[in-house]
Order: sequence, then C-alpha cells, then structure tokens
Amino acid sequence: MALWLIPILPFLGFLANGLFGKRMPKALINLIAVGSVALSFLWVVKTLLALQPIETKYIEHYYTWIQSGTLNIGADFAVDRLTAIMLMVVTGVGLLIHIYAVGYMEHEGGYYRFFAYLNLFMFFMLVLVLAENYLLLFVGWEGVGLCSYLLVGFYLTEQFATTAGNKAFIVNRIGDFGFSLAIFLILRQFGTLDFAKVFAGAQGMPVEAGVGILTTVTLLLLVGATGKSAQIPLYVWLPDAMAGPTPVSALIHAATMVTAGVYMIARSATLFTRAPITMDTVAVIGLATAFFAATVGMTQMDIKKVYAYSTVSQLGYMFLGVGVGAFSAGIFHLMTHAFFKGLLFLGAGAVIHGLHGEQDMRQMGGLWKYMKITGATLFCASLAISGFPFTSGFFSKDAILVAAYARAPWMYWIGVLTAGMTAFYVFRAWFMAFTGEYRGHAHPHESPLVMTGPLMILALLSLGGGFINVPHFLEPMFAEKPENQSLAWLSAGVGLLGIFLAWLFYYAKRGLADSFTKSIGGLYTLVYNKYFVDEAYNAAVVEPLVEGSRTVLWRGIDAGLIDGTVNGIGRRSRGVGSILRLIQSGNIRSYAAWVVLGSIALLIVVGFAGGLR
Amino acid sequence: MTALIFFIFAGIAVFCGINLVVQTHPIASALSLVGVMGSLAVLYLQLGGEFIAMAQVIVYAGAIMVLFVFVIMLLNAGAEATTFQVSRFVKYLGAILLAAFLGLISLMIQSTLPRTEGVLFGAWQGTTLDVGRKLFTAYLLPFEVTSVLILIAIVGAIVLARKEI
Amino acid sequence: MPLNAAVPLSWYLILSAILFALGVAGFIFRRNIITVFMSIELMLNAVNLSFVTFSYQFKQVDGHIYSFFVMVVAAAEAAVGLAIILTVFKNRATLMIDEVNSMKY
Repeated sequence: MALWLIPILPFLGFLANGLFGKRMPKALINLIAVGSVALSFLWVVKTLLALQPIETKYIEHYYTWIQSGTLNIGADFAVDRLTAIMLMVVTGVGLLIHIYAVGYMEHEGGYYRFFAYLNLFMFFMLVLVLAENYLLLFVGWEGVGLCSYLLVGFYLTEQFATTAGNKAFIVNRIGDFGFSLAIFLILRQFGTLDFAKVFAGAQGMPVEAGVGILTTVTLLLLVGATGKSAQIPLYVWLPDAMAGPTPVSALIHAATMVTAGVYMIARSATLFTRAPITMDTVAVIGLATAFFAATVGMTQMDIKKVYAYSTVSQLGYMFLGVGVGAFSAGIFHLMTHAFFKGLLFLGAGAVIHGLHGEQDMRQMGGLWKYMKITGATLFCASLAISGFPFTSGFFSKDAILVAAYARAPWMYWIGVLTAGMTAFYVFRAWFMAFTGEYRGHAHPHESPLVMTGPLMILALLSLGGGFINVPHFLEPMFAEKPENQSLAWLSAGVGLLGIFLAWLFYYAKRGLADSFTKSIGGLYTLVYNKYFVDEAYNAAVVEPLVEGSRTVLWRGIDAGLIDGTVNGIGRRSRGVGSILRLIQSGNIRSYAAWVVLGSIALLIVVGFAGGLR
Repeated sequence: MTALIFFIFAGIAVFCGINLVVQTHPIASALSLVGVMGSLAVLYLQLGGEFIAMAQVIVYAGAIMVLFVFVIMLLNAGAEATTFQVSRFVKYLGAILLAAFLGLISLMIQSTLPRTEGVLFGAWQGTTLDVGRKLFTAYLLPFEVTSVLILIAIVGAIVLARKEI
Repeated sequence: MPLNAAVPLSWYLILSAILFALGVAGFIFRRNIITVFMSIELMLNAVNLSFVTFSYQFKQVDGHIYSFFVMVVAAAEAAVGLAIILTVFKNRATLMIDEVNSMKY
C-alpha cells in the first residue's frame, strides 16, 4: 500500500523548495508545494478506499531502526480507524490551507522558505499520525515543534516574532521532557515501544486504584500533551505564536499540531483507561483551561488573539472529552474544530489581508459592505463553534458535554457556561468587525478566489461536518456513550443566549460594552491582562534561570573554571619552559658537568637496580 | 716480575695523567700525555697485546701526539693564567663527584670479576697473525667503514683549515 | 705481595678507571681547548686498556681489534677536532672555551 508515500511527498516538496526555491518562479513553487500536499491527500484517499472497511490495524514494517540488546524499534507505519480520521483531517485541511497561503503570502518576502517549512511540517505531522511506536511518534512530535518554531518566527527581522518562536519551542520542550520520561518508563515496564505490544501488555493489567506505574506513565504523557496542546500550565506559547503568518496559525495552531496531544492520549487510551486518577486530572485540566481561556478571550482586542484563546479553550474541551472516557467524542470535536477554527483563522487572515495588516478590532467595523464572502463564511464558522443546532460544533461539543454529565454533573454545568462564553466572544468579534461603521483608515477589499475558495469549502464542512458520524465510525475502538437529548438542547440554548448577548452588546446597544467594563473595573483589567500569568512565569522561572546562567554558569564555570584551566595549563607550560631554558647557558664546561652528572646517575641505576647484566 | 713492571708503569701512567690535568702550559700537558701512552704500551705488552702496543706507539704517540704538538706550536698557545678558575664550592663538589665516580666503578669491577684470574707475562699472546686474520674476515665491514671514516676526516680537516682565497 | 705473582685482572681495570676519571677531571676543569682535547684522548686510552684487559680474560683477540678501531677513530677525531680549533681560533682569536658562549639562551 506504500504508506510511506503519504509523508514522503510533502518531504520531497520541502527538499525541492528549500534547496532550489530561491531561483524558482512563484508559479513553480506553488505547484510543488500545493501539488505535493494534493498528491498526498489523493494517496490517503486511495489507501483508505483500498483498506475499507478498516476492521483490523494495517501495519507496514519498513526496517529496523534501532537494534540494541533487547531493544528493538522499527520504522513502522500503521493505519486504523483513528489514523484514518487524522489522515483525512491533516491532509484535507492542510491542502485547503496551502491553497489559501498561495494568495495570502503573495506579497511577502521569503516565499519559497515559507512553503518549504509548511511542507516540512506536513511531513512531520504525517509521521506523527502514522507512527506505530512511541519513538517514531516522538520524532514527529519534535519535528512539528521545530516547524512551529521556524514558522512562528518566520518574520525573522521582527523581534517579537523571533521571541514568540523561541517561547513556543522552549515551552514545548518542557512538555517533551515529560513525554521522554514517559517513554523511558514505558520501555522499562513493557520492554518495547511498539503500540501493539504495549497495549497488549497493558490489557492484562488491572485498573489501578492508587498511583501505580500506569498512572505515572500517563501523567507524564499528559505533561507532554499539555505542552503540545496548550493546556494549563503550558499554554502560554499559543497566544504569542500568533506572531506568525495567519495560514500558520490556521494550520498549526488550530487544525493539526495542537491536536497532536489529544491524538496521543486517544491512541494511548488503553493505558489511560486503566489509570482513573490521570483521567480525572485530564478532565479537570481540560475543563479549567476551557473556562479560563474563554474568559480571557472575551476581553481581547486583537482578532487573532481572540481566536487563539478560543483554540486553547476548545482544546480544553477535547481534553475534557477524553478525560471522561469519551475518546471518540474528543476526536470528533478535533475534526470539527479543524473545520471551523481553521475557517475562523483563514477568515481573520482574509480580513487582515484586506485591511493591509490591521489586526485590532477597534479599527474595524462595517466590513460586510466590502467582504461579503469572508463575512458569510466567518458567520458560518461562528455558528458552528457556538454549537448552533445541527452545525458540526453542535454535535461534537454536545457529545462531550453529555459524557461529562455522566461522569460528574458539575463538569457539565461549567462546560455549558464556557459554551455560552464561547458563543459570546466569537460573535463579539464578528459584530465588531463586520457591522457598524468602518473605524479604520485602510481601503478594505475582498480577497481573491484562491483565498475565498478554501473559505467556502471549509464553511460547508463546518455546517455539514457534524453529519459525518465519527463516534459511530470509531465504535470498534472506543465504546460509544449514550446520548441525552435534553442535555444537548440545554447547552445549545445557552449558546443561543451567548449569541444574543453579543448581539446586544455589540450591535443593538453599542455603548453597553464600555459601561459594563468600567463598572467591573479591576476584574476587567485582570482578565484583559490574561491574569498576569506571563508576568508571573517570567518572574518566577525565566528571570532566575537567565540570571543564574549568566552569573554561575557563564562567568563562574565557563569563563572562570574552564577557560582558567586551559589558559592555566598554557601559563604553567610557559613557566616550566622558562625555568628549563636556564640549562642552556652557552658555557661548554657546564654542559660537560651535566654529562658527567648524568653518567653518574646512570651508573647508580645500572649498578644498584639492574646489575651489570 | 710482572707485578713489579705493572706497579712501575702504572705509577708512571697515573703520575703523567695527573700532570696532564695540573700543568698550565699545553706543551707540558702534551708531553705528559706521551708519557701516559708509553707506559700504557708497556702494559699492553704485558697483557699479550703485541700488535696493539706497537700500534699505540706508532700511531698514537708517534702521529697523533705529534699533530697535537704541531697545533700547539702553530697557535702559539701560552700558559693559562690560573688553572682552576672556579669557585671553591665547585672545586670541592668536583672532587667529591670524582671520588664517587671512581668508587662506584671500582666497586662494580671488584664485585663481578673472578678473583682467580691473574695476569702473567707470556701466559697468552695475541699474535699479529690472529689479529690480521680476524680483522679481514669477521670484522671486514667495520674495517672498510673505518677507512671511509678516515677519508671523511681527511676531507673535513682540509676543508675546515684551508685559507679562504 | 711476591713480585713474581700474577697481577689480578681487576687492578688493570681499576687503573683504567683512574685514568678515565683523570680525563673527566681535565675535561671539566681546564679552560684551554687543546688541553680539553688531550683529556679526551686520555679517556680514550683508558678505555683501550680496559678492552685489552678483557681480551686477555677471554683469551680472544677481539678486544685488540676493538682497541684498534678506537685508535683509528681517535685519530680521525683528533684531525677534524684540531681543524675546528684552528677555525675557532681564526674567528675568535681565543683558546679559552669560556669565551665561546654565544649559544646562550
């Protein structure tokens, strides 16, 4: 079936564009970049059709990567139903975003570099999804982190962009440390990193009551997932990562990379379901992140930041879903999120592109006149994310909330409240941008078809994607949860309430928002400044580390000890040499005396040590 | 007889040796060296080395020492101002070192050589016939190499000492 | 000891050692180059004596042959060495080795 073609095609695109792109015309770069992803997508479709129905896991073993003692790690790709969904999302949405980026990056410098990195990202993400063992997954994991750094810091002449790239990579690294520890523990416990063997081994283990080996492993995996999927406490990189170009935000920070954490937890479901403590931790972290990020998203003025916090919040929902055992609901939400969040970001990009770089919503307004397609598609996405009945978001979000209610009702109520806030902030953004009078100074215009085309396709998917019954598709892997219609309609109703409030504050009675924020003064400042979390991290972690490195490690050890030792050896040699040269006195008689002295010493040695023999 | 001759000529050799070191004028040192060589030739005869004794007198005392005397006269070397221009500390240290040197060597010699052996004049002769035979058969290579060495020495001496024209 | 008795072999070697030591003394303590050279010749002679002594001990002629070679080499060395002394005298106009010390560090 040549599964290896799926990631290799974008990799070839990366090589072609990266090595030769500087001298190629834009049309050729576009052809290679978009073409490789398109071919990959077609190959995915062909593979899935050929493997249909995917009852058992289809594994392809290529070669033995590491063979050392009892450790045997192969380069294996595998496809099962979960992989199938991920592959379709990654290549499909990825293809749409690549097409969009052709239009968005039209006037940017470093054109070939952008598409080379984008293709490289696709390669690593596909490796991550197709991997059949933890180490290969980790390779893809690290690779997408690298590409995130490269792409967030794409405008490499801007200080804030490169700082944001650094932040993304370093915070990710902290999570990766947890992931690495988990891999070591899995290796020690099961002797292998192969998914099939590890999960087979775990099947025989009982559900842990307290903190056992499985709980430790899964908690460490969770640390890795919080880093990659931007949950509390390692979410701080995602809002800053908006410094990258908007297609990057759409692809990496909405549709694919950030979902890697959720995918990894769903893949390791066998381990997680046997560690109830971790499951609860996952659910609580997800819920807290969802609520917390939604509150911050309500106050932001930069349209991309609103959507960034929305991503963090929706990822929290996915974590909540897998945390209460509704793995298929979490994956379902992952897919629908890729549709509507990708669309939201691409639409925001179209707005920014049309306004020549303006991102502050206070400078927008009344854009409906100028960009009808963008406005309409953004409206569809906003409906989907609010859980408007029968949109994709409605089905996926409610699957999660219903499962949460079955676990603990308080989780359901907080989730519903967050859903209301989600609807509020997303429509706040829409009303602020598209209704009223235009408050800015640029000349807004609609984007070209190459950008609006993907918008329209994603809008259709956002509205109708809910009818792709993912939980039913994943039935053999994860048991389906029972439905509860009344709960579903209740959360939909809260969503509608949120939309109404946004309409009230930002369309009907405009002054209401400002007077409200004034009345809650201090609380508003706190939320607007993201609860000062970044500042707290800076003071508690970053500053001491930098200061410590500078004084202790750099001045103390490196300059003082190591340089001192090396220079000291040089100095010592010179010192000894300057003493030894005094023997060369030029006086022949002193040389003669030295010769006699030496011969006496030799005679003593020979006479009393070795004898005359 | 052997012992008597040994003592006499050994005494002459040592006396001449000390004289060589102590004398200020180089000519006196050269003549002392001739004396050393002569007495050594007698000792060689005692030890049965007739060829070596003759070679010593003819080559060493007769040619090399004459060369030395020629050079001394050519350079018009005069007597040194004082013989020992070293500090007293070095003088005493030197004496001690020498004594130690001698003592060590004597010790080693006495401890290894068999005591039954004795030298009697005429007990064994190393005939010239034997020397010649050995020289041209077993030691042919060193012989030829030595002749090349002499050639080199001749050429070197001429090159070094000639007058620049 | 009776004057007709055999002379122990070790005595010859001790004589050789004494002469050698005298040669070393002259080598270190004399300042005139030619005198230093003659001390070297004295050392070579002492060594010759010990070679001939050992030749007597083993009743073989090889020691004589070594001694012969030493003589030859001493002759060659004397020739070249005196030529060098002549050259040094021409350049420095002195025979005192303490004054030929420009190879100082």
